[in-house]
Amino acid sequence: MAQSNSLKASVPSYLKDAQLIKQGAEARVYRGTFLGRSVIIKERFPKLYRHPEVDEKLTRRRTTQEVRSILRCRRAGINAPVVYFVDYTTHCIFLEDIIHSVSVRDHIASEENPQRLQALADKIGEVLAQMHDEDVIHGDLTTSNMLLITGADQQHIHLVLIDFGLSYISALAEDKGVDLYVLEKAFLSTHPKTETLFERLLKSYTASSKKSSAVIKKLDEVRLRGRKRSMVG
Amino acid sequence: MTVVIGFEGSANKIGVGIIRDGEVLSNPRRTYITPPGQGFLPGETAKHHRGVILTVLQEALDEAGLKPADVDCVAYTKGPGMGAPLVTVAVVARTVAQLWGKPLLGVNHCIGHIEMGRLITNAHNPTVLYVSGGNTQVIAYSERRYRIFGETIDIAVGNCLDRFARVIKISNDPSPGYNIEQMAKKGTKYIELPYTVKGMDVSFSGILSYIEDAAHKMLSTGQCTPEDLCFSLQETLFAMLVEITERAMAHCGSQEVMIVGGVGCNLRLQEMMAVMCKERGARIFATDERFCIDNGAMIAQAGWEMFRSGHVTELSDSWITQRYRTDEVEVTWRD
Repeated sequence: MAQSNSLKASVPSYLKDAQLIKQGAEARVYRGTFLGRSVIIKERFPKLYRHPEVDEKLTRRRTTQEVRSILRCRRAGINAPVVYFVDYTTHCIFLEDIIHSVSVRDHIASEENPQRLQALADKIGEVLAQMHDEDVIHGDLTTSNMLLITGADQQHIHLVLIDFGLSYISALAEDKGVDLYVLEKAFLSTHPKTETLFERLLKSYTASSKKSSAVIKKLDEVRLRGRKRSMVG
Repeated sequence: MTVVIGFEGSANKIGVGIIRDGEVLSNPRRTYITPPGQGFLPGETAKHHRGVILTVLQEALDEAGLKPADVDCVAYTKGPGMGAPLVTVAVVARTVAQLWGKPLLGVNHCIGHIEMGRLITNAHNPTVLYVSGGNTQVIAYSERRYRIFGETIDIAVGNCLDRFARVIKISNDPSPGYNIEQMAKKGTKYIELPYTVKGMDVSFSGILSYIEDAAHKMLSTGQCTPEDLCFSLQETLFAMLVEITERAMAHCGSQEVMIVGGVGCNLRLQEMMAVMCKERGARIFATDERFCIDNGAMIAQAGWEMFRSGHVTELSDSWITQRYRTDEVEVTWRD
């Protein structure tokens, strides 16, 4: 791609040999090597459409928040990629390469039988409960930001949360409720007709979290806040 | 051949437009403009609309060279929007439909914008950024619904701009947003403002309070000019909008963006979106002020689609509503 060649001209030297896997909204994601290991390098490249000062402040904030949240999750035993290194001048994060995985989004889209997704819904609810009990608000919960480790072991579902770029620390039920609401909206927009699946996810969340009742109550409140939503009936 | 006449007046613009099979035959419009420092209130806006609507209706028919008998369907804005102006326009639409013996169709204002955008730009299946004084939504079509991927959780971006304009007494003629855009071009100093993107959603009330406050402080000490504030506000607000649009595109795997709604006229917003699209190899579609800003033809166009796929609104159902979500409508005219 001619475009990727011109991109490579402006990237840090260690990215020149890396392989570009994907260009997300936030960052470019590469696969490379670091100290002998296969790594994912997440590069928050400058967004040219933004004013340079807006861009610099925002990018630095997002990089820091992401790394802090991942570390906090990992310390609590929640699956998130290992952070190997952060380059603050170029806003690159070197993360563990989660191989043999598929995004939950792709998995749900390709799974014909909704029954088989029940266990997945249970697992997601569990993991999110754990995360919220650690007071980590993901901030961008979508099915594209959850990875399913595919592999021989069909009994256990290994879920890895990624993309903590909008995350922050908060104990407020309001923030956790909004976090779930963001997921609900993303879930139902991307996978229409899966309302029962999401309900199951919430049931699992409620059962697994120690502070869930306040959060679910807030979620119900937040749902009613939709703009231009008729408050009748 | 299907001819639809559309009536729109959910905010301060009153427009009547006629569409015949994808051709805009006429689209006259009037805007209720208030003095600087003042916004438009429902009662006064409705009064303005009542005063001009019949003139605009006549203009629409004359420009199109049509008689009432040539019209197949009367479409009007069912909502969302401001109550009094919506009622005013609905009354005229109902009366006219009964006088002419034509079927009535209540149209969702947001869908009017989307369908007009699709008609004018020929975009195939874009991620839509709908931004106006009353609405801010990122919409994508999926399985018979225009699904809202992201939206403002408090006020619309146009509302934020309009209220800021009032604080520094910018003229509302032709629109406060247009004047902010012109002033922003002369701004040089960037003032840091809060940046609030929450996942796929955005929030503007915080920035508004902040900049209202900053305006009073900084302008009195001469720390910056009103042009600098306009510039900084646009850069921040639009960066947020481009960001949530990009997120939705990444999530849906979409390669097209369409901007609709009054704020979509802003060339700086279009420019920023174009830069983002270029980086992703996506295409951007936008319309000019004839169709970006609320107009009758967009209601006619959505009405045309709905009518041809079998929708009709019974008189008893022809009420208006201030709250009407884009995803409430079943989009039976697309697959």
